[in-house]
Amino acid sequence: MATKKAATKGAQTHGNSGATNAQLIEFYRQMLLIRRFEERAGQLYGMGLIGGFCHLYIGQEAVVVGLTACANKQDTVVTSYRDHGHMLACGMDPKGVMAELTGRATGYSKGKGGSMHMFSREKGFFGGHGIVGAQIPIGAGLAFAHKYKADGGMSFAYMGDGAINQGQIYESFNMAALWKLPVLFVVENNKYGMGTSVERASASPDLAARGEPWKIKNMTVDGMDALSVYEAGLEACSYIRAGNGPVLMEVKTYRYRGHSMSDPAKYRTKEELEKMRSEHDPIDALRHLLLSQKLMDEDAFKALDKDIKDIVLEAAEFAQTSPEPDPSELWTDIVVAA
Amino acid sequence: MSTQILMPALSPTMTEGKLAKWLVKEGDKITSGKVLAEIETDKATMEMEAVDDGVIGKILIPEGTEKVQVNEPIAVLLGEGEKASDISAAPAAKAAAPAEAKAPGAPAPAAPKPAATASAPEPAAEGGKTQTVREALRDAMAEEMRRDQSVYLMGEEVAEYQGAYKVSQGLLDEFGKKRVIDTPITEHGFAGLAVGAAFGGLKPIVEFMTFNFAMQAIDQIINSAAKTLYMSGGQMGCPIVFRGPNGAAARVAAQHSQCYASWYAHVPGLKVVAPWSAADAKGLLKAAIRDPNPIIFLEHEILYGQSFQVPENDDFVLPIGKAKVEKSGSHVTIVAFSIMVGKALKAAEALAAEGIDAEVINLRSIRPLDIDTIIASVQKTNRLVTCEEGWAFSGIGSEIAALIMEQAFDHLDAPVARVAGKDVPMPYAANLETLALPQVADIVEAAKSVCYR
Repeated sequence: MATKKAATKGAQTHGNSGATNAQLIEFYRQMLLIRRFEERAGQLYGMGLIGGFCHLYIGQEAVVVGLTACANKQDTVVTSYRDHGHMLACGMDPKGVMAELTGRATGYSKGKGGSMHMFSREKGFFGGHGIVGAQIPIGAGLAFAHKYKADGGMSFAYMGDGAINQGQIYESFNMAALWKLPVLFVVENNKYGMGTSVERASASPDLAARGEPWKIKNMTVDGMDALSVYEAGLEACSYIRAGNGPVLMEVKTYRYRGHSMSDPAKYRTKEELEKMRSEHDPIDALRHLLLSQKLMDEDAFKALDKDIKDIVLEAAEFAQTSPEPDPSELWTDIVVAA
Repeated sequence: MSTQILMPALSPTMTEGKLAKWLVKEGDKITSGKVLAEIETDKATMEMEAVDDGVIGKILIPEGTEKVQVNEPIAVLLGEGEKASDISAAPAAKAAAPAEAKAPGAPAPAAPKPAATASAPEPAAEGGKTQTVREALRDAMAEEMRRDQSVYLMGEEVAEYQGAYKVSQGLLDEFGKKRVIDTPITEHGFAGLAVGAAFGGLKPIVEFMTFNFAMQAIDQIINSAAKTLYMSGGQMGCPIVFRGPNGAAARVAAQHSQCYASWYAHVPGLKVVAPWSAADAKGLLKAAIRDPNPIIFLEHEILYGQSFQVPENDDFVLPIGKAKVEKSGSHVTIVAFSIMVGKALKAAEALAAEGIDAEVINLRSIRPLDIDTIIASVQKTNRLVTCEEGWAFSGIGSEIAALIMEQAFDHLDAPVARVAGKDVPMPYAANLETLALPQVADIVEAAKSVCYR
């Protein structure tokens, strides 16, 4: 594969983090996978193959790709319902994710969870949570378990800017700081909680400062740049892993699509969206860097595009041809047999 | 290869829409993400974006067309090296319709009947030691914490204060602050944190100072603890015990005197346990801690100081889902749980003096409910009285009455009678509180009425 050849070119590193050429190419590959996957999910939704609520991650790819690159094998991740990107970044199989979206037996939750409720214990992904903010105490609890078991792990607890005004966020901040839990709280500030802008919802729009009453270390990061996110993530994780307690990271990002599939996004201007897309797209930005550094050429990009397209098409095909869950599944997984 | 662009469904309920405006024309080169058209759905005007790269070969549906069906081809996209002329005879195959649910209208499969709880004969409590319910609960926790390092206790005042009701007395000394943890007053937060810890491989015991305060945490209990196993296709068990006093204590008025049995019993994915005696408390709490599911363990403040015989056996574990016949009788069945068991037994004594031989069933477990034991009793007595401290409306008695009506209607010689708390918030005044709570006399009266006495 062309990318592999490129990756072995020298031991050059980038930015303050020392990201290698191979890492940059991998960031690009993962972001492209998430974007193409989400576009395809949107199409399958349009065809009636995906139902209910479906929240796409398009535009925010750099956040989860940059931060997941800082994670170790024993670490855990929990997020809200805008979760497809997190699952792909955690290494979950696109086929299983897409098949869950179409409600099939081969999906990660056997078709019983859907877009908002998917999990992989194997990959350390603990959901996919449908109640705004409720994943944050759970993320603190995962960190509590890491500390209790002394397994060296930490948890990544993601939320949107809409969740930041929920009371349980602050209950979690307090306990995480009080008990020095190894958790990275990530606010993916995409500027709108559904249709309400941060300015209309938050008396103080400086979301990183929301941990100050508990003296939680905070960071504000450009979420449209995977390398910046990665650098900030490394700093945060090293602080957390050293036993200093939680970090609150506000990542400034942007979602291109509506809140969910049926949102026409009338609360923002076309110009605002176009400007983000044309001037701040995380995938375009990294593409230019890879080109200018001669780490990948047009042929390599073409080959990678094709690889990603094939993966996504295979996932979509799998999701459409897999059987629906057997009716008997209605009655399974309610309680574990004691 | 050319690709058809289909009319998309852009809301969960859309079946057709208006193709309001094309934003591209034939011959335009497009890349994925480009806005192609504006579509009016049943709710709003939405933009439709391209998923594939290519060239617009042909627009099949002109703008302004109304009632375009979802999945109808609206344009053809050309791949590399294709010309519009190649597609004149493009097959108008529609997208594969989503697989129809099998046999629409077919009945859902019946709920499997829970396997009968095969339980070893219960060890005789006689010959054991006398203990208060409080001590039995503490011993249950201590024994399970010795047995399993992943079990820990958290809650308000459980450690240094030794428990608001002294239930956790001595546990901090034995197990240290890593495993016996004082929380801030933050029920929603620590309930959610404990759920996360359970997902992460621990077995938390969460003490609520009272279940009245657990209403702050009920979202985490139901949406996170109870439902995640199902939503994850069985991957994510949540072994956790939420315990604390439930129901009315004495003179603490409306916000501190409520029975939550029917609230939690309503929810699939939870087990709800309510012990009466110290032996119940010990055997059921040990079972709850060992159970791989989220358990609501409803204690009662008035019972904490009451003493009972408890078997002296570290492995005394009672099965969850199995009721106990506390007193057998032949004229009327009285079903009760928690503090109402004691009142039911007193009522049975009073009834005996009047020549009515009552059978008293201690439910022990509300969900799963041991309906078989109740049915077997009703088959013998043909009369049923249910007792609970909570309100009758949508209460546990209502559920039992419905189940008996469905499953043992022919055995009833009288309508089921419900003894419950009066349908009012709990008053503070001593006389009014007594009136609001179900008393022994209420049970006696109900039992006599179903016996037509």
